[in-house]
Order: sequence, then C-alpha cells, then structure tokens
Amino acid sequence: MLAKRIIPCLDVKDGRTVKGTNFVGLRDAGDPVELAARYCAEDADELVLLDISATNERRKTLAELVKRVAAEINIPFTVGGGISTADDVGALLDSGADKVSINTSAVKHPEILSEAAKNFGSQCIVLAIDAKLADKAWKVFLNGGRVATDIDALDWAKRGVELGAGEILLTSMNADGTKAGFEIGLTRTISTVVPVPVIASGGAGSLADFSEVFLDGCADAALAASVFHYGQIAIPELKRFLKSNGVEVRI
Amino acid sequence: MRVAIVKYNAGNTVSVSNALQRLGVEPVVTDLPDELQAADKVIFPGVGEASTAMAYLRERGLDKVITSLTQPVLGICLGMQLMCSYSEENETECLGILPYRVRRFESDKLKVPHTGWNRISDLRSQLFEGVAEGAYVYFVHGYYVENGAVTTAATEYGIEFSAGVDSGNFHAIQFHPEKSGEVGSRILENFLKI
Repeated sequence: MLAKRIIPCLDVKDGRTVKGTNFVGLRDAGDPVELAARYCAEDADELVLLDISATNERRKTLAELVKRVAAEINIPFTVGGGISTADDVGALLDSGADKVSINTSAVKHPEILSEAAKNFGSQCIVLAIDAKLADKAWKVFLNGGRVATDIDALDWAKRGVELGAGEILLTSMNADGTKAGFEIGLTRTISTVVPVPVIASGGAGSLADFSEVFLDGCADAALAASVFHYGQIAIPELKRFLKSNGVEVRI
Repeated sequence: MRVAIVKYNAGNTVSVSNALQRLGVEPVVTDLPDELQAADKVIFPGVGEASTAMAYLRERGLDKVITSLTQPVLGICLGMQLMCSYSEENETECLGILPYRVRRFESDKLKVPHTGWNRISDLRSQLFEGVAEGAYVYFVHGYYVENGAVTTAATEYGIEFSAGVDSGNFHAIQFHPEKSGEVGSRILENFLKI
C-alpha cells in the first residue's frame, strides 16, 4: 500500500531557512543543507525547498544551494520559487532537483506547465497553489501571497492537471504558520477531485493535525515547516503516532 | 571500478551520480558507445516519456549498444520500461531485452502517476540481498511492467506489477533506488557487487 508522505519544507531567503506566519514575519531557522541532512536522517519522505528571496543573483545561488542539498540527501527533492520558464525547470533538474514547484508563473503563463511536462514529464511538475478564503470562496494568490486573483482554487487545480501538473502542493494562506491545523475542507475537495497526488500545506501544529489531514482531508502528503524546524514535532515520533492511528506511513 | 551512466534525453543522471558518489564511486555519464562498452557496470536511468526517449536512443545508435552490453546493466524506472518489448506510452516499440509489455495504470480510484513510497515483496534477486520483505522504496511512474516469470520484486497499486525484473546480465527496477533512502543505497551497492 502506498504510504502517506511527511514532507519538511525549507523556505529559503538569501541562503538561510526562514519561517513566518501567514506568509509574513520571517525568522531564521538555520542552514538549509544541515536541516536537509537532518530531516533525511529522521526518515522524512521527501524534502521541499522554496526560494523566497528576490535578488538578481537568486537563480545562480539557488542552483548552487540545490546542488549542495541534493548531494546530501537520498530522498525525493522538490524545488520551487521564481521559476518562470521551462529552461528554469531544466536548470533545477540538472542541479539535482527531482521535481520543480511552479506557482505564480503557471497562472500568468499556463503554457509553462504543458511545455515543462512535455520536456521533462508530468511526474516532475508540481503546481503550487496558495489559496485564501475570501467571501466564502477559495481564491488563488500569487507572488508569495501578495497578489490576489479572482481564480477559484479548485478550478485552477483541475486546469493545472489538464495542462500537465503531476502533483498539487496546496497551501492554505489562512492556516499557514498558525499551527491551528491544516485546512481540511479545501484539501479534501481538491484531493478527491483531481487525479494526481495532493500535498497539504499550512497550519500544522500538532500530531493530530497530521492524522486529520490524511484521514479526513484525503491528502496524499503533508508538508510542514516550523513544527519541524523548531523541534516541536520530531518526524519519527509523528510517524509512530500516525501508524498507531491507522495511517500507512514508511517507518 | 568503472561505472557508466547512459546519457540520453530522459535520464535523471544527477541524482544517480550523487547516490553513487555517496557509495564512493565516481561514475562517468556518457553516450559514447566505447565508454559504455568498456565500463564494468552500466546504469540506464530514466525519467520522462518513452517514445521521445526511444527516438533519441535510435538516432544515436544507443539502442543497439545497450542491447548488446554483456556486463551487469541496471535499468531504473523509464530505463526498465525501455528495456521491455513495447510500451503503451505513445505506442512505442522498445529495446526488447525483457519480454514484457508496459501498460498504463487505468483506474478511476487511484491517482496516476503512482507517486510515493510503496512496499516491495517476493524479493528474488542479488539486488535485494539484505533488503527486508515489504521494505519501502520510492516510485513515481504512470506506466508499469506486468508481473511475469522473470519478476524479482512485486508491488501492489490497484494491481500487482513488477517492481523488479532480471534477465541474464540485465537487471531492472521500477522504483528509484537513488531516492529510496538506506534501502535504495543498499540496492545500488548490491548492484555494484554483481
């Protein structure tokens, strides 16, 4: 049986891991290469690195960082942040990423999904969706949550998969960094409708939040940052908890 | 030991190289027939689409080079599928080293591609020495090789299919050992010892 995946996420700015609340108020959480190696040793099922810095040198330094992390870990590795062309996708894969996560540019230029899927295969194209509840509807936000759109999150997820995305990374902006639990309703809605795996993100605070998002939210994987970075939840402990609660995990 | 990784348009060569380097082996990534033939071990990796990959291999004569190799060869993921006779992915004639057809996962209930950590069982190959029955390894694929006489590892995702196949000096695995943690490292190490 396919195991549910636990995915630590490294939000990286200027070479350091950072984490905020509701996408703002960043604080330092350590060296990304060290954290990556630690999570790999703790049996994380996958690692996501999202580059949130915005300097001109970003692309080159990101490729270097991806190389250093990829050399350290023997689990799947997804990289995202500022990817705007299929060439960017190729460069990150060449640096050692296994998948790339595309967010803003997929909304602005949806053909990047189909082009990248055609060149590199759907299995390495992750569509990242930052969703926020506004007027009782989940809308897609861009540019790290700074730019609102009128796009419905479910519609966009379905469209993204048609275009070639092989996986959805779904972040609830309302829940992100609050440690008040994953957004179960939206996760379940999207996960039961789209034919590709859905990674739930945003809001992890307790062990029970994870079992809830797998059992009730029908997520295929759960991503979290601060609970892991600051030692509040240890991955081995989390996996034992999930297993004892009937969630299939790799132990 | 000289280990060559086949360079073509669908290889995830960086991850495989990284994994070998962690085992203390510096592989050469090449599409030169001489280098492939002279290597002690050849790894045929792969992530991508079958027909594009086969067209590329044929254009460069690599199809004949790979099928005629006599040293241990390890096909990974798409590499395994390309070793088969035929793939339903864009109706592609493949290398024909393994007597199987590659089929598409057809299901209303299951998500495709099959992505994540799944168990391998009924292990019968030198590749799996020291690997526990039911160990988890990492898969990501939308097509599968059916179970058959030369299956060396089975996995279940809706149906049971081949996670591993051996035929003479050709060894093939559907999952990614380079991404399968300690179990994957062990499998690569076992391959290097064959």
